[in-house]
Amino acid sequence: MTTLAGTHDLLETARRIGEGVAAPAADSVDREARFPHEAIAALRDARLLSAFVPRELGGLGATIADLAAACEVLGRACASTAMIFAMHQIEVICIVRHALSSAFFRDYLEDLTHHEWLIASATSELGVGGDLRRSICAVEEDGAQIRVTKLAPVISYGEQADDILLTARRAREAAPTDQVLMLARKADTRLTRTAGWDALGMRGTQSFGFTLEASGSPDQIVPVGFADIASQTMLPVSHILWTSLWLGLASDAVGRARAFVRAEARRTPGTVPPSALRLAETVAELGTMRSTVHAGLADFERCQDNVEALTGLGFAIRMNNLKVSASRMAPEIVARALAVCGISGYRCDSQYAVGRHLRDAYGAALMIGNDRILSANAAMLLVHKED
Amino acid sequence: MPRLISDDIRDILQAHARLAVDVDSLAEDSNLYDAGLTSHASVNLMLALEERFNVEFPERMLRRGSFSSIAAIRAGIEELTGAGT
Repeated sequence: MTTLAGTHDLLETARRIGEGVAAPAADSVDREARFPHEAIAALRDARLLSAFVPRELGGLGATIADLAAACEVLGRACASTAMIFAMHQIEVICIVRHALSSAFFRDYLEDLTHHEWLIASATSELGVGGDLRRSICAVEEDGAQIRVTKLAPVISYGEQADDILLTARRAREAAPTDQVLMLARKADTRLTRTAGWDALGMRGTQSFGFTLEASGSPDQIVPVGFADIASQTMLPVSHILWTSLWLGLASDAVGRARAFVRAEARRTPGTVPPSALRLAETVAELGTMRSTVHAGLADFERCQDNVEALTGLGFAIRMNNLKVSASRMAPEIVARALAVCGISGYRCDSQYAVGRHLRDAYGAALMIGNDRILSANAAMLLVHKED
Repeated sequence: MPRLISDDIRDILQAHARLAVDVDSLAEDSNLYDAGLTSHASVNLMLALEERFNVEFPERMLRRGSFSSIAAIRAGIEELTGAGT
């Protein structure tokens, strides 16, 4: 994995914030379905929100691998915090990889390194059936300004974000798939809440529904069409960062199961407790998940600067497989950890509690539904020839 | 010959591409994705082209650019069939 000199500090910082700030707050974030403000503030203070911004623009010049490792350690502590961090980084990565030819976005990134703005994403829309690659709303011209009104079923941490990157059709007469990405600034955006977020898991992401009304200048549109951004960056990077944090989440649940079995073993020296066998199976499953996630990251790193490879069907199928596999493994591993810990894992007030982990892990299959992803793969495999 | 290939391509686009615009209104180099071609419809388009021209698109051609316009599709077909110039 590629890491730049000095960015191992990034991992240590993320670990420190995860263990010291996010983990102690995780239960209250979950119970109250509140924004993990203390952890996000700590990440902001440590300048991790601008970590991926290139050094020449004032950022740390971190790599995707650095961020994946940070997502994993944050995922161990609080999956909501890790998901907010991951989603924000995905937006920054899209800008860095596709908008550096724009003076507006270069200035924006430089400002981001000073203000550590948090960026949310408004890609889903009511009426498109969860299809990221179609929009109903359009960029409307209004004199020298542009406007977009979007009915967003979900904008995670929309109320806490400083800016929102949204998808819309290029113009009023454009086809549903002819999409652009626009950066909506907080001061020029009105959010009207249309749905709350009292969900099974990932409760701290505050993924409310909104009617979003944004205005701005045409500069705020990323100069590359969304089709290319989605296939070359947004989808693969989402799958890498999400699966990394799910790996962290599963690792923490298994860590609790290990601690439980160790405690049992200490009470009965000389005999291996029966739960140790279940634990051995669980650790093996976790190892498989870790290999899957790390192989996906290595695959992306091999292809990341090669547009031919990034736009090939084989790469898209492999990244989809990464997401589907890891999102299936995460709840399975946590459920195994629960079986190891028994009633101690089932209790919410025990040090071996894995209920939050289990509820959070069930969200993995739904974020871009696995059936949708498998259907896309099924179609691509009709014409795909090798691998 | 290339003229006929383009007509066949237009017929296939009409039947399978589910574009937001009339196929007859497209120029040879009009961007089909801008005209509403989705990745799902592009798979059906590839299958229909493979059947009609009795070719198999090799992996290196299975990317957006190869199906981005009638001209791009024609170039790919001509390469695979040895037709045209």
